[in-house]
Amino acid sequence: MTTEQAIAQDIEAKVRHTQEREAAGNSKFGFIVFLLSESVIFLSFFTGYIIYKTQTPNWYPPGVTGLEIRDPAINTVVLVSSSFVIYIAERFLHDKKLWGFRLFLIATMAMGGYFLYGQAVEWSSLPFTYQSGLFGGLFYLLTGFHGLHVFSGIVLQAVMLGRSLFPGNYDNGYFGVEATSLFWHFVDVIWIILFGLLYLWQ
Amino acid sequence: MTDISLKVPEAVRAQPYPGAPDNWKRFFTFSTDHKVIGIQYIVTSFFFFLVGGAFAMVIRGELITPDADLIDRTAYNALFTMHGTIMLFLWTFPVLVGLGNYLVPLMIGARDMAFPRLNAVSFWMIPVAGVLLMASFLVPGGPSQSGWWAYPPVSLQNPTGNLINGQVLWILAVAISGVSSIMGAVNFVTTIFRMRSPGMTWFRTPAFVWAVLAAQLIQLYGLPALTGGAIMLLLDLTIGTSFFAPDRGGNPILYQHFFWFYSHPAVYVMVLPAFGTFSEVLPVHARKPLFGYRVIAASSILITIISGAVWVHHMYASATPPWMRMFFMVTTMLVAVPSGIKVFGWVATVWGGKIRFTTPMLFALGGISNWLFAGITGIFLGSVPIDLHVHNTYFVVGHFHYVLYGAIAMAIFAAIYHWFPKITGRRYYEGLGQLHFALAYIGTQLTFLPMHPLGLMGMPRRVASYDLEFAYWNVIASLGGFLLGVSTVPFILNMVSSWILGEKAGDNPWRAYGLEWLTTSPPSVENFEEIPVVISPPYGYGQDRPLVASNPNPKTIADSGFLIEQKTLSPEPE
Repeated sequence: MTTEQAIAQDIEAKVRHTQEREAAGNSKFGFIVFLLSESVIFLSFFTGYIIYKTQTPNWYPPGVTGLEIRDPAINTVVLVSSSFVIYIAERFLHDKKLWGFRLFLIATMAMGGYFLYGQAVEWSSLPFTYQSGLFGGLFYLLTGFHGLHVFSGIVLQAVMLGRSLFPGNYDNGYFGVEATSLFWHFVDVIWIILFGLLYLWQ
Repeated sequence: MTDISLKVPEAVRAQPYPGAPDNWKRFFTFSTDHKVIGIQYIVTSFFFFLVGGAFAMVIRGELITPDADLIDRTAYNALFTMHGTIMLFLWTFPVLVGLGNYLVPLMIGARDMAFPRLNAVSFWMIPVAGVLLMASFLVPGGPSQSGWWAYPPVSLQNPTGNLINGQVLWILAVAISGVSSIMGAVNFVTTIFRMRSPGMTWFRTPAFVWAVLAAQLIQLYGLPALTGGAIMLLLDLTIGTSFFAPDRGGNPILYQHFFWFYSHPAVYVMVLPAFGTFSEVLPVHARKPLFGYRVIAASSILITIISGAVWVHHMYASATPPWMRMFFMVTTMLVAVPSGIKVFGWVATVWGGKIRFTTPMLFALGGISNWLFAGITGIFLGSVPIDLHVHNTYFVVGHFHYVLYGAIAMAIFAAIYHWFPKITGRRYYEGLGQLHFALAYIGTQLTFLPMHPLGLMGMPRRVASYDLEFAYWNVIASLGGFLLGVSTVPFILNMVSSWILGEKAGDNPWRAYGLEWLTTSPPSVENFEEIPVVISPPYGYGQDRPLVASNPNPKTIADSGFLIEQKTLSPEPE
């Protein structure tokens, strides 16, 4: 190999490395922009909820006095703590400890799954349906739309878990995991607001 | 070393040139090249422009006589609904996204958009939305009849009782086009923020790119609100929730808030790229720098911010409390200020310039004059007392058609003519272009000007028949409308024949000052062999300052110092 070729290869490798880093940076930037935009859907639902709740004289459907708060509170604690668990998983990946990453990712998924299970139990025990006036519709819309996001988050985590099984996937950065984790934090923050609106403000 | 550098141009020359008609099959593939996607957007949406235009012809044909004699009232309702929906969601939005897609990476010196595959996915959702919308002609009950804004309770009526009805298909089509827009917006914002070439600071970025950025930021904050409203409307319509249904305790006014929170800023999503086009076309054909470039660029962002707080001016007559009317009247007046700044800048750009009355210049000047008129009637409508008088009359119809056809469609045509040599590598026929302009401009005035006196006389919009006293202006408007329809013929003839047979344009036929002119026409797949290094603000006409430090396409582009800095060559060592 001549010196010129060696130099050319070196430059090429550097260019590729820069391009990869730029591409990952673009993806992260784009994902944050997307999440900001996505949050506006929730914001408009929240605004709608507040306006409806303050302007409707008979808020609860007949026979309903309010929502049971104990089980949802437990659910909330589980979901919010899972945000810390996925953060630990990310740190493990950062230190290239794949088993720690997998373990804590599975724990996050289990906590998310528990949240969805708790939600399902609550839904099936409620004395009203989505057709029970504005309150019924909004309750199922807000929790359902958020639940869809939790579900998507768990699917994303499963994909990331699957990708970790193939060697070399996370050698050059792990944008997918960062995005999944960011999404999970987002879903958590939305739930905290939602918990306040639906359960604390009764 | 010489060996290596000689191998590159062969590879570059071998690359196909997207835009040349000889490889037309590329346009029917899932291409990730921003230029192919741009052309796909433009051509697809132009097809829908023809469909929406055909509906408009039927509507004007119906209105040429006072009675509902050409088509029945149900069909009339369906046609104006589809006309509005198609013209906004399948023509104006996508064609501007297409122009942005084609031009933004070239203008900022990038090789492609930030997310090429996402870009292709966003494009291919547009035909899907179109097919869904067209399919509503086939379902029992026909298409939605509730207008392009689909206000409940009208939009919640489902006389056939089917789950798949025109309104449901309408919501799905709009939702798909919305998802496509959001993905496009993420792509544009990331591209513009992160992929500008070295040396291109914010105030060296062309005004068109600023305008596209401002428009796409509106998509990001506004469109989710409409999506939220549309989800609730869809649930009301299909599974029987009661968000907007007054008979079930819902509040239909809230839908109007959701809808207009996006759909008023959406006007700016469409008009901002049109503004950007004016800012690009005028300096080239007047041979003068854009007057007040920095202010024009920044005023786009100002519009993005203020337009988020004006939406209630569509709802003065929706039992809106007086304090709210006052507040939104003031903000509506305020949003006219940045637009006024722009118009002032454009007039000052043209003033004293060496104006060449080419087709794009004519369309740009015509578009600005129409925008000025539309802006003035917009101020009328923004003020509560006048709006309450002309609310839901033809005055409103005339106003927004001056915006959408008079200003935005004219800007789109200006852009297509201006960048046609770059996109296709060929020149269009100037005579046909000017004929197109003359017909379109006269047609616009004849069609939409009579709507203002009609509105002041009290003719309501969305009616298939009307009182005899409105007949005079309606006949003129209909004749003008048919003229507008005819004006499309020279355009299509021009585009198709020039693309195939037109004279070769060369790389910079306008002697324009911008990065997109520093590549071949049509540009190669990678746009630039080397990423250009920008050393000047844009629009350096008559200022004798080069735009870039070195030639980004040294093998294909020659330049005598107008755009590229000429370095005094040091003597070769050998």
